[in-house]
Amino acid sequence: MGFKRKKDSQDLGSEFDDDEKVKRMKKTVEKEKKEILPSMIKNKEKRSEIHAKLKIQKKLEKRKKIKARDAAEKRALELGEEPLPREIPRTIENTREQDETVCKAFDEELTAWNDADEFSSIYKCERTPKILFTTSRFNSTRGPAFISELCDVFPNSHYYKRGTYDLKKIVEYAKNKDFTSLIVVHTNRREPDALLIIGLPDGPTAHFKLSKLVLRKDIKNHGNPTKHEPELILNNFTTRLGLRVGRLIGSLLPQNPDLLGRRVVTFHNQRDFIFFRHHRYIYESKETKEATGSKKKEAKMIARLQECGPRFTLKLISLQHGTFDTKSGEYEWVHKPDMDTSRRRFFL
Amino acid sequence: MQHDEVIWQVIRHNHCSYMAKITTGKFCRNPYNVTGICNRSSCPLSNSRYATIRDEDGVFYLYMKTIERAHMPNKLWERVKLPRNYEKALEIIDKHLMYWPKFLVHKTKQRLTKMTQMRIRMRKLALKTREKIMTIPRKEKKREARREEKAEKAAVLEKSIENELLERLKKGIQGDIYNYPVKEYNKVLDMDTLQAADEEEEEPEHDIEYVEGYDELEEEEDMEDFGGFDIDRFVADEENDEDDNECKELIDWKRGRKESKVNLQEEKDETLAKFKKKQKVTIEVKYSLPYQIGCINFKIFKQ
Repeated sequence: MGFKRKKDSQDLGSEFDDDEKVKRMKKTVEKEKKEILPSMIKNKEKRSEIHAKLKIQKKLEKRKKIKARDAAEKRALELGEEPLPREIPRTIENTREQDETVCKAFDEELTAWNDADEFSSIYKCERTPKILFTTSRFNSTRGPAFISELCDVFPNSHYYKRGTYDLKKIVEYAKNKDFTSLIVVHTNRREPDALLIIGLPDGPTAHFKLSKLVLRKDIKNHGNPTKHEPELILNNFTTRLGLRVGRLIGSLLPQNPDLLGRRVVTFHNQRDFIFFRHHRYIYESKETKEATGSKKKEAKMIARLQECGPRFTLKLISLQHGTFDTKSGEYEWVHKPDMDTSRRRFFL
Repeated sequence: MQHDEVIWQVIRHNHCSYMAKITTGKFCRNPYNVTGICNRSSCPLSNSRYATIRDEDGVFYLYMKTIERAHMPNKLWERVKLPRNYEKALEIIDKHLMYWPKFLVHKTKQRLTKMTQMRIRMRKLALKTREKIMTIPRKEKKREARREEKAEKAAVLEKSIENELLERLKKGIQGDIYNYPVKEYNKVLDMDTLQAADEEEEEPEHDIEYVEGYDELEEEEDMEDFGGFDIDRFVADEENDEDDNECKELIDWKRGRKESKVNLQEEKDETLAKFKKKQKVTIEVKYSLPYQIGCINFKIFKQ
């Protein structure tokens, strides 16, 4: 197809004067070069050839650019000038669709809202978290193994076997025994699959999809958690919904971490996936030489982590107001498939 | 004319579309079959006199077919509604199938028994909560897995956790104070005088710590701990604090906290460790742990 086009342009060119002809031909040839996308070529072999060539070209150009930029920076530093500021790369987080429910800091309405929600009593230290773990009705051995690890992570937690009780009955039972939250681990195909966190007495019910579970014994160089109360890190819960979920998660842990223990539990939200990690940390001071070559030794503080305990990711499927009630419950948020259509839209 | 035997021969030896052959035997899929097995005596097609029980919407009906109506397929099957009560239903069957071959009567009664049992069980099950299985299309599953992978890479977890911890370390003093003069604070950091501030505060609380913190100390018994107090005091005396305001606020705030002894204990350990190495007091700042959710600082500790 490309060859055909060139012939046409040549025919056109013969009508004009020589100089103009040359110019015209160059222009059209250039235009053609820009216009021929690999996807327009019907022949598969040829198409893939040209696509590969384009890719290599792009790579080379990119490398050249990077080299040039680095060289320029180096020169600028040597000369003592400020190097050009680096451009900010475009990431999905940068180009995230604007969400009007993103919480702004120090919002009065927000603090009032927080005071009035179901977890305020835990956050005000009026109640200490007490968690009840259980499994779904049909479960395999992986479920209880996972739960025993979770019991190590969350202090003041108890595991009861499921039996054939209805979930609503379990909720009542837990309320009577003064539990603050109920966590149900659901297994599918012999793997824990979903997590249901129910706040009590009338807290919301959050249904999460669980994936990428790695138990402690499968982690290399794992540490063993102690009985100290852990610290909590909640990252990137920005929207209102995220805030609510974050508070729900935060209500699982006690409000007075034991800093001696140096244990930290992290729930990190990235693009609506909540990553759970459990570490023991230690602060160390590291000596580094400054890059400017002024030979100044600076003691930099770093934190070193040792992973202990399980590792998994959660994704919110639905958040229901009130305790577990699928028939007559009021859902605050439900994941619908057409929420996935945009790659830049996140809800937490 | 009804030639049952002929029909049977034809069906069995050639082909019957209702027959289903499995490893355990031959079954009949005909809805009017009493036993469900493909037999000479249970085949509804090759028996001109036949009876069966069928269920419609939870109500049982006795169906009967006689040779007198064999030429009218439309009106072939006579239907009698059976009562709910099991015994009464049995009596009605007896009444209608009087003088019929024992085999058929017996088999219909058996079928009735089985069906009543099934009905009871289905009703019981409907009351219990059953889990409904929702399937996710494979495309979605794969898409989610892909996105999760990329999200995990984008969230450089270890680094972000470390950064968060370091930030808490630095901001440890900040705690409840929202409108903090940032510039001055940074200046302070740069000048490494925070350490002085630390030691300063620890001084007045030494006495308290000695007495109250005793229980804590027993957790990690180190002779060094006792020695350590003196070293800290020595260092503190040398340096001056430059930001009185911060210190005062800190002290007031700290005094109120019950955790202070715990924090101090930890600091002691860490500062001591450093001492052994470098004779340099590092910036071990108390943790106030405002629990940050996103960009919002919460006041979790309230004293």
